Amino acid sequence: MSTEAPQRAGEIIATSTTDFTAQCYELYQLPPLGSPVKNGDAELEIYAIVYNATTSSIEPGRHPIARGKDETSEEAIYHSNPQLEKLLRSEFSALVVGHKAGDKVHHYLPPKPARIHSFVHLCSPQEIRDFSQSLGFLDIIINSQLPIPRDELIAACLRQISRAYEDADSFLVLVGKRLAALLSDNFSQLSAILERIKQ
Amino acid sequence: MNQDNKEPKLGIIVAGSLNKGIEVKLDGSASVEDVAVGRYVAIEGRRHRFLGMLTDVSLGVTDPHLTLTPPDTNDPFITEVLSGTSAYGTLHITPYLIIGGGASIIEGPQPVKTVPSHFSPVYLASDNDIELVFGKEDKDRFWIGNPLDMETKLCLNLPELVKRSNGIFGKSGTGKTFLTRMLLIGILQKSQAVNLIFDMHNEYGWEGTSEGSKRKVKALKQLFQSKVAVFTLDEENSRHRRVSTDFTVKIGFDEITAEDISILRVTLNLTDLAVEAAYQLQRRLGRSWLRQTLELSDEDIEDKLEGLNIHTSSLQSLKRGLNTISRLPFMQPHVDTPAVNELISYLDRGINVVLEFGRYKDITAYILVANLLTRRIYDRYRDLTEKAMAENTQPPIPLVITIEEAHKFLNPEIASQTIFGTIAREMRKYNVTLLVIDQRPSGIDSEVMSQIGTKITCLLDNERDIDSVLSGVFGKGELKSVLAKLATKQQALIFGHAVPMPVAFQPREYGSAESYRSFTDDAGSAEQAAKDIEELW
Repeated sequence: MSTEAPQRAGEIIATSTTDFTAQCYELYQLPPLGSPVKNGDAELEIYAIVYNATTSSIEPGRHPIARGKDETSEEAIYHSNPQLEKLLRSEFSALVVGHKAGDKVHHYLPPKPARIHSFVHLCSPQEIRDFSQSLGFLDIIINSQLPIPRDELIAACLRQISRAYEDADSFLVLVGKRLAALLSDNFSQLSAILERIKQ
Repeated sequence: MNQDNKEPKLGIIVAGSLNKGIEVKLDGSASVEDVAVGRYVAIEGRRHRFLGMLTDVSLGVTDPHLTLTPPDTNDPFITEVLSGTSAYGTLHITPYLIIGGGASIIEGPQPVKTVPSHFSPVYLASDNDIELVFGKEDKDRFWIGNPLDMETKLCLNLPELVKRSNGIFGKSGTGKTFLTRMLLIGILQKSQAVNLIFDMHNEYGWEGTSEGSKRKVKALKQLFQSKVAVFTLDEENSRHRRVSTDFTVKIGFDEITAEDISILRVTLNLTDLAVEAAYQLQRRLGRSWLRQTLELSDEDIEDKLEGLNIHTSSLQSLKRGLNTISRLPFMQPHVDTPAVNELISYLDRGINVVLEFGRYKDITAYILVANLLTRRIYDRYRDLTEKAMAENTQPPIPLVITIEEAHKFLNPEIASQTIFGTIAREMRKYNVTLLVIDQRPSGIDSEVMSQIGTKITCLLDNERDIDSVLSGVFGKGELKSVLAKLATKQQALIFGHAVPMPVAFQPREYGSAESYRSFTDDAGSAEQAAKDIEELW
């Protein structure tokens, strides 16, 4: 187990049994699409996969306006308008795919959702490997209703998880086979995902 | 059941029935290309271990779209993921035996009466499984070859084999002769039976030829000098081939009976009336009927045949036929020592006899001589066996008669008349059985075919021949595909009385110095063991 403190990704601002939304402390400091994140304490640790991210105004009525007409670069816009860092916010949503109660990892929904204002951390490679020992979580993603295409999310998630493995190829073959079984009656979807995860 | 399986796992059972066989879905790691029909597999059921034969291999897909728009096969990742999952192989297995668990622990392998449960794992059969079913090489069991793709020795219980008539079939050039030669050696060594071989092509006595390399291979007499006698019909030819023969067979005219002529009806192109005439003449003229008939001049006909109601054309037809026979060089007006007496005296002493036909490969000579000699032997064995039964003494040594081109003797038209038909049907009781060798089994009478105990067949590709060989066998449809896929050489399928289940096998090597040594060593060690035991007492 890694002894390093887990990297904090954000704080939960909306939550439900199936997913939660967290706000990042710094603008644009979003975890990548498909990356596994966790929330909770030793008693109940909830695992989720980042499925969406947005950056918008903190007030719904105030829309950002174009400011860079006289600027030479994008960076200069932020430099000239330091208030932007405070007026905009980055948020990400994550789909709950399992939890850990005690020492045991379960690939089904936790008994209760995450709390508002609780922290969301990125999972360490070891945690990712432990969680992906079994691939039951793929089921949850396949059967969920999401604003983004599921194929994209599955592929992104598997790409992220495979980085935690030294032999990413073998992992992807294994996971591909599992997907083939899950999507046995839908070859076009399977093939779309495989195209997106091959190295 | 919980047995260690050293062999790789092939897959799991997904469907099936006892009658139609079991379907196995191959694991992703096993390739359809690594398995072949005819191989044995072991199925680890919950309570029993089953042994079956792989009889078909097929490919399947979970989604029909896959066949319509195939994936990019150049991509190793996609290919690896899809093989065994979306695109998979299935095996069709015919279960034959239960070899572990239940009654089989005490009583040995039992025929299957049920199928293994769903998802039972399937493995390639191990050497132990085969040994458990077919036994080890011992004083009764003779090593005939190896099951396809296996190292195990496939052994055949020869005393059990020779209790029934047996058949060796296969297209010309598939290795029937080599197989027969090897089996004869086995019978000679281990079955306590004596062989009489009607050797049409001079292959079994002294030496034979290997078809491919045209090299000479040793035959029975060279390997087992003291146990084999070579009789010949053609002394000159035998001398020419430098074969030391033990006896030259000559047949006297007076040894030929009307029954012999009747069997040759088709070969001699005789009419039914001409055959009938032969019977009438035999009745009227006695033992020397053949000679007298040949000597009949046109004038005599009226006197001698008065009251016999034989039409002149029938007589002419008969005479033409008899002339063909009398012209055969081994035919003589009179013979002092009938060959049959000499033959019987050898057989009585337990010496195997190979009768070479030399140049007389004409089917007339073969049928005539084989039939004639066998009928006398049949009479003698019947008398001896009945006597032994009545007086409760030792019955005669079991005799195995080997005939080639068996369909000429056993076709439906004459099977009821020839002595071979009778032997195939009932002579088992009198300790005489047949080893029939044929390339057209469909030509053999179905009644005779059904009485053949163990059948060994090399490749056959004619539909009727295959049907005829497999008639009445459990899992016929499946065995058919195994049989049709045998290699053209050195592969055979054995099934029937002497084996617990059908096996496709590769016959033991024959022809190298080492192979001869292994054959004669078997005999030597058995004899030595017998001697040792004798000395011990």
